[in-house]
Amino acid sequence: MADLSMTTETDTKTDTPPLPARRARLAAIRDSDLWYSFRTHPSAVFAACLLALVTLTALFAPWITPQDPYDLAALELWNSEIPPIWNEAGQWPYILGTDTQGRDILSAILYGSRISLIIGFASVIAALSVGLSLGLIAGYFGGWIDNVIMRLGDVLLSMPFILIAILITAVATASLPTGLKDILAAPILILAIAVPSWVQYARTVRASAMVERKKEYVQAARLIRVKPWRIMLHHILPNCLTPILVAATLNFGLAILSEATLSFLGVGMPPDQPSLGTLIRIGNQYLFSGLWWIVVFPAVQLCLIVLSVNMIGDWLRDALNPKLR
Amino acid sequence: MLAFLIKRTANAAFVMLAVALLAFTIFRFFGDPVEMMVNEQATQADRAELRERLGLNDGFITQYTRFVTNAVQGDFGISYRNQQDVMVLIGERFPATFELVLVATVISLVVGIPLGVITAVHRNSPLANALQLGSIVGVSLPSFVVGIMLILAFSVSLGWLPAFGRGETVDIGWWSTGLLTPSGRAALVLPAISLSTFQITLVMRLVRAEMLETLRTDYVKFARARGVPVGRVNWVHALRNCLMPVITLTGMQIGNLIAFALVTETVFQWPGMGLLFIQAVTFVDIPVMAAYLMLVSFIFVVLNTVVDVTYAWVDPRLRDDAAKAGGANG
Repeated sequence: MADLSMTTETDTKTDTPPLPARRARLAAIRDSDLWYSFRTHPSAVFAACLLALVTLTALFAPWITPQDPYDLAALELWNSEIPPIWNEAGQWPYILGTDTQGRDILSAILYGSRISLIIGFASVIAALSVGLSLGLIAGYFGGWIDNVIMRLGDVLLSMPFILIAILITAVATASLPTGLKDILAAPILILAIAVPSWVQYARTVRASAMVERKKEYVQAARLIRVKPWRIMLHHILPNCLTPILVAATLNFGLAILSEATLSFLGVGMPPDQPSLGTLIRIGNQYLFSGLWWIVVFPAVQLCLIVLSVNMIGDWLRDALNPKLR
Repeated sequence: MLAFLIKRTANAAFVMLAVALLAFTIFRFFGDPVEMMVNEQATQADRAELRERLGLNDGFITQYTRFVTNAVQGDFGISYRNQQDVMVLIGERFPATFELVLVATVISLVVGIPLGVITAVHRNSPLANALQLGSIVGVSLPSFVVGIMLILAFSVSLGWLPAFGRGETVDIGWWSTGLLTPSGRAALVLPAISLSTFQITLVMRLVRAEMLETLRTDYVKFARARGVPVGRVNWVHALRNCLMPVITLTGMQIGNLIAFALVTETVFQWPGMGLLFIQAVTFVDIPVMAAYLMLVSFIFVVLNTVVDVTYAWVDPRLRDDAAKAGGANG
C-alpha cells in the first residue's frame, strides 16, 4: 500500500522537479518493495518485456511494416496466399505470408494489435472513471442514491458479461445508419465492454468509502467545509487504489479478450479496419483450404498480449497483497 | 430463514423484471416491429390493423405488463426471420446447448480437480509450477482460439474428429440427443473441450487454494500421524472437504457456460441456442434476441438464488448479514 501511493504521487506531479529531487524519487522507486518484487519474479519481467515489445511494435506499426494493410492500392493480387518465409514458396518481405487479397499478415497483425490495445485500454479507462465516480458517490452519500446505483449494478451482474456486450453492439449497429456504423465501431465496442465492467470498481470503492466516511479525519474535513468531491477524490479514493489497480490490470486483459470475441462473432470491428479478432474471423473462413497462417499468427499474437497482461496482473495481485509479504 | 427466502426471491424477481424491461425496450424501440413483420406490398391499412392487433398503440406500462405476462407463459412472439414461434425455435435448440454445457462441465471437473490436488500437494515442485503457469495460459486463451486450433489439429491435419455440426441425433420425446450415436459423440468432443478450457483452470485454481488451506488443518496432520497412507489422506480425507466450494462454483458457472457456449457454437457451427442467437443478431431478429436474453438471465438468476438460499440454509450466520456477504462476493 505504502509503496504504491508513493509511485502514484511521483506520477501525478509532472512539472519537472530539480535534479536532486528527481534523483531521490528514482531512488525511492528503485528501493521500493514493489520494484524488488518485480525484479525477483522472472515471469513478471518476461511478461513486461513482451507487453512492451507488442505495444511498441503496434504503436510504430506505420514505420516498421512493409505495407499499409488499409491502403487498397498497395495490395497486389498476384502477391496473395504467399506462405510464411521459412516455407519454400515464401517471399521477402512477407515474413508471415499474405492473405487471399495480398495483404501482408505481419503488417495486418501489427495494425490490428494497435486497434485491440487501444480499445482495451480505452474501455478500462471508461469503466474506471464511471465505476470510481459512481462508487464514491454511492458510498459517500448512501441513501437512495446508493440504492439506485447498486441495484443497477446488480442487474448488470445478473446477466453474463458477453451477452450484455453483444446486445449493446447489436442494438447500436442496428439503430445507426450504414455510413456511421463503421466509423463508430470502435467507440461502440468501448461502450459495450465498459458497461458491464464498471460495477466491479464501483463495489470496491463503495465499500471503502463507507468505511472511510465514518472516520474522524473525514468528519474533521467536513467540519472545516471541505467540498464533498474534494473529500472523495483526495481523501477517500487514495485509500482504495491498490485493489483497483489489480482489478484494472486483469480487466485490461479481459477487455482485449472481449473485443476479440465480439469482433470474431461479427459484431465488432469491420473487415476494413480489422482488430486481431476480425483478422481471426477472416482467417477462419480459410481453415480448410490449407492457408493456416492467415488464422494462426493473429491468434498467437492475441494470446501473447492477453497472456502477458494476465501474468503482470497475477504478479501485481500477489505483490500488493500484504498477507503474502 | 423464511424472511431471508422471501427477501432473496423478491430480489431475484426484481432483477428479472429489470431484464424484462431491457428486453422489452429493445423489442419495442429498436426497429419498428410492424415494418419487420409485414411484407413489401402491405397497404397502410394493413399496417395500421397489425399495429392495433399487436397492441402497439397502448401505453408503455400496458405494453410492458403484457410483455411480462406473455414472457412468463413462454410466449415471446413470432421470429421475424423464419416466421416461427420463438419458444419452439429455442426449444428445438436447447438440447444441443444443454448437452454441450453438461459434457464441458464434466470434463472440467474430471480434469480440473486432480490437477488442483496435484499442484497443491506437490507445491513448488517443477510439475506444480508448470501446471500453475499452464493455468494462467488457460485463462488467457480465448475460447474461440482454442476451438480454431483444435479444428486445425484434429480435423484439418489429422482428420480424426468432425469440425462442425452435431452428427446424428436420436429423438427421445421432444429431446434430441447426440450422446447415443457414435457420430454424435465424436462431434461433441472438440466443442466440449474448447468450452471447458477456461472452466478447467477455474476449478483447478479453486481446488488448489482450498487444498492448501485444508492440508494445514489438524485433522490432516492427525491422519498422517496415525499412519493413514499419504495418498489416501490427500485424495480422500482432504479432498472431500474441498468439494463444497467446487460444487458451488460449478453450479454458478453453468449460467456463464450457457452464455459462453454461443462463442463455441459459432466456431463449430453447433446447432444450439447460442448459434440461433448470433444469427438473430445478424438479422436483427429481435423477438429471438429478447427471448434468449430472458432465458439465459433467468437460468443465471435462478442458479444464483438457489446457491445463496442453500448456503443460508446450511450456514445460519449468513442469514443475518446476507446483504453484506452478497456485496463482498459479487
